[in-house]
Amino acid sequence: MEKMIEELLKEFRQGSKRAAARIISLIENEAPEGKEILRVLYKESGRSYIVGITGPAGAGKSTLTDALVKLMRHRGYRVGVVAVDPTSPFTGGALLGDRVRMSDLTLDPGVFIRSMASRGHLGGLSWAARDALVVLDAFGCDYILVETVGAGQSQVDVVKVADTVVLVTVPGLGDDIQAAKAGIMEIGDIFVVNKADRGDADQVVRYLQSILEQQTKTEGWLPPVIKTVAWRGEGVEELLDAVERHRSFLVNSGHLDPLRKMRLKEEIIERVERLIFARLKKEVRMDGVLEEVYSRQLDPLSAAEALVGEIIPQAGSAGRK
Amino acid sequence: MMRKIRVLIAKPGLDGHDRGAKVIARALRDAGMEVIYTGIRQTPEQIVAAAVQEDVDVVGLSLLSGAHLHLFPKVVKLLREQVGDKVLVIGGGIIPEEDIPILKEQGVAAIFGPGTPTSVIIDFIKEKVGEKSQGTSA
Amino acid sequence: MLKEEALQAIRAAKDAWETQKVQKAIAKHPERHEQFMTGSGYPVERLYTPVDIADLDYLRDLGFPGEYPFTRGVQPTMYRGRFWTMRQYAGFGTAEESNQRYKFLLSQGQTGLSVAFDLPTQIGYDSDHPMAEGEVGKVGVAIDSLADMEVLFNEIPLDKVSTSMTINAPAAILLCMYMAVAEKQGVPFNKLRGTIQNDILKEYAARGTYIFPPEPSMRLITDIFAFCSKELPEWNTISISGYHIREAGATAAQEIAFTLADAIAYVEAALKAGLQVDEFAPRLSFFFNAHNDFFEEIAKFRAARRLWAKIMKERFGAKDPRSMMLRFHTQTAGCTLTAQQPMNNIVRVAIQALAAVLGGTQSLHTNSYDEALALPCEEAVRIALRTQQIIAYESGVAETIDPLGGSYYVEALTNRLEKEAQDYIAKIDAMGGAVKAIEQGYIQREIQDSAYRYQKEVESGRRTVVGVNKFQMEEEPPKNLLKVDPAVGEAQKKKLKELKAQRDNRQVARCLEELRRVASSTENIIPAIYEAVKAYATLGEICDVLRDVFGEYRPLDIV
Repeated sequence: MEKMIEELLKEFRQGSKRAAARIISLIENEAPEGKEILRVLYKESGRSYIVGITGPAGAGKSTLTDALVKLMRHRGYRVGVVAVDPTSPFTGGALLGDRVRMSDLTLDPGVFIRSMASRGHLGGLSWAARDALVVLDAFGCDYILVETVGAGQSQVDVVKVADTVVLVTVPGLGDDIQAAKAGIMEIGDIFVVNKADRGDADQVVRYLQSILEQQTKTEGWLPPVIKTVAWRGEGVEELLDAVERHRSFLVNSGHLDPLRKMRLKEEIIERVERLIFARLKKEVRMDGVLEEVYSRQLDPLSAAEALVGEIIPQAGSAGRK
Repeated sequence: MMRKIRVLIAKPGLDGHDRGAKVIARALRDAGMEVIYTGIRQTPEQIVAAAVQEDVDVVGLSLLSGAHLHLFPKVVKLLREQVGDKVLVIGGGIIPEEDIPILKEQGVAAIFGPGTPTSVIIDFIKEKVGEKSQGTSA
Repeated sequence: MLKEEALQAIRAAKDAWETQKVQKAIAKHPERHEQFMTGSGYPVERLYTPVDIADLDYLRDLGFPGEYPFTRGVQPTMYRGRFWTMRQYAGFGTAEESNQRYKFLLSQGQTGLSVAFDLPTQIGYDSDHPMAEGEVGKVGVAIDSLADMEVLFNEIPLDKVSTSMTINAPAAILLCMYMAVAEKQGVPFNKLRGTIQNDILKEYAARGTYIFPPEPSMRLITDIFAFCSKELPEWNTISISGYHIREAGATAAQEIAFTLADAIAYVEAALKAGLQVDEFAPRLSFFFNAHNDFFEEIAKFRAARRLWAKIMKERFGAKDPRSMMLRFHTQTAGCTLTAQQPMNNIVRVAIQALAAVLGGTQSLHTNSYDEALALPCEEAVRIALRTQQIIAYESGVAETIDPLGGSYYVEALTNRLEKEAQDYIAKIDAMGGAVKAIEQGYIQREIQDSAYRYQKEVESGRRTVVGVNKFQMEEEPPKNLLKVDPAVGEAQKKKLKELKAQRDNRQVARCLEELRRVASSTENIIPAIYEAVKAYATLGEICDVLRDVFGEYRPLDIV
């Protein structure tokens, strides 16, 4: 195992896409090597700027991502893309079709695209997808774009990883009001009305602006609303400018470091919960306790405290050891 | 360990008949695999670059134009150069019987012609990928 | 329409028959399925009676051949006057080889030509383009310039044949090449008869040989409409195709609906470009699939005819009856051919062809039995053509018009398919038309869902495919398959090189510059293409200019 890790890391540091891809798979498959490598790579990461791109199906996110990456390349950046699609809850399989619209980028040496399934994260961002960002960060990407299909959870999840969140919509979907209701509006730093050559784009823009004036995510930043026609590249320059403006705003206003720290804090807490939960499931025998609770000898809260106490002794007040 | 079989379904060449490719993509998804679809008109270079970045176990090629003798072996060759022989390459479409041995000799593991039940393809992939991952797992 | 009392009596008698006779019979021998269905998955009743077509009004819904709403046919005498055009799609390798095949087909009694182009030609690449590698001459003939076109029609008098060309994105260029050959033969443009497929919307939705985005593609199409209405009055300027939509997996109703929705988009584009409906609509033609379910297919053709007539008259206010006539070419369904026991395909094709004829087609291509294996060999093509000749001359089905008109089942199916197609069209209208529906992936998704459902039905055994999931056997691999000489690619490259050395390159450059100017303007583009073609600018050079001005289409691929 050690040797394999060393070799992979060596290749990775020489810029091998094959090695980067392999490492992401190891992480995705929850292989022990993946964990080891991640420990190393985390220390080498922290230089990428992460942009989340989210919105409803059919909004043209992949086409927009394609156009944005091309422009970023034009400006000399190395770019990583993580495109997340939902895993089918029935079959466990997934159809990942985002590459179709990015096929011009496939051969670009400065671009790495990875399609990932949500794998049990109910359409949200899997841990593997988050870790893949660390890998691409250490791989030397200046920008990493995370594309998620906007269905509730995953849209919100993107906030947990992205420095700038771009929310994409199109005229005629009729769900802009829905979005406002669902609180989705609050997560966006930049709003894009794509396919703006269609009918009532201006109306959608005005509508979004009127809402944004009432509620903003970060103080001092009024999210711009940008019209694009992604397949023609229209408005994409403006979008990238807005991303860079938001980035300098975060840096100059001193928001970026606290934002990232807060995200890391949340990540650590989430990981703690996950570890504890995994140990609870693995180490604790539930059956006896369940019987006691069922026969009213013990109440559920005391039972829970007792179970946690088994793996973290000082935490439970009614520890049985 | 959440091991999933990852498959790239690609259409090399210029033909746009993607019914078969898409039916297979859906069937493999429904069999629990993660399927990456490239779209039509992909060059062998693009297909292999995608296979590398996606770290797939299988590359499935579909072609109905008759250019298979030219394009399939090219994909295999580029894959071998870039990732060794760990990726299983299979093909489908309008492929004359007499071309199948030639393609196999050049490294295409199997050709599934018109009328092949998707279950046959699914079973083939599961068996072969199972063998490969046992052989190479660290 | 029957009187209500008569219908009541039939209903009562049918109920009695069901409860007494049928139930007894089923008790002894259960039926083969709980629920029977058509090829498109629509339920089929045990028996159809006048009750099922109680609302049918003969004069309103069926009428007479050659009269609105054309349900029974577009010509007053149909095949009693002249059989349908027997038109076999052919072309492969070099122009020389294809020219030989055309002469063979004409000598065998074929009455029209149908040109298959190779994929590089269809996508606007010359044979020496890197993307063309391995594809030159494979699924059709390679045409790089007027020089190839001259060879393709060598010794074929263009005033005597009608020629159909399966060409879409670069249709204007190939049409101009055809015109240039005619000019050299001394044939005036108004004598030219034939069809260009020119149907870009179904390329986005189902077939995949697109080049430019929808907007400039629609402009190319309406420019052709405008040009031909003046210069080539006998030419079918478009063949709006359901064939490939069906091949991609659509049901019969979807085939009608998506084809007519595309047609509506073309009519609207032409009206928007300032044309009058009766100027161009008489030259619109259609292209449908003849699939396996015999009666459903016959009903499909009849329903499509009636629906189109209504759309043209009611929605677009056409006055000329020819604008309301849905004239169509049919090809038997390639996707039903099996690689297993290929000779069985001859029988499939015969049944499908019979459905096309009973459905009143204007021309027909019958597939060759070996097409699931390779390009058809000469023997297979001959049998396919003979199949049509047997239907025409021996079966007797062509002696009267629409012989299945009035069949309770066929009329009920016709009504149902028309209704279902209308519903789809209404849905597409609500999305803003076919272009929008394609851009949103709606049509593609509908087609793919149907394709996947069909595949699952075959695999579960709910649908039988003889020789594939039932009645299989061990068999020898077939012999005598046609092989395209791999040297074709090299030969074409060499020809291109020679051409570029011999032609007047300054003239070519001038023509391409002028083309660029016209493409960026709103002028009709056809004359500029014609001049470029005559200067022997290549297909790839012309398309490159257009790609530069128009941009390229990026697929929205929904899996």
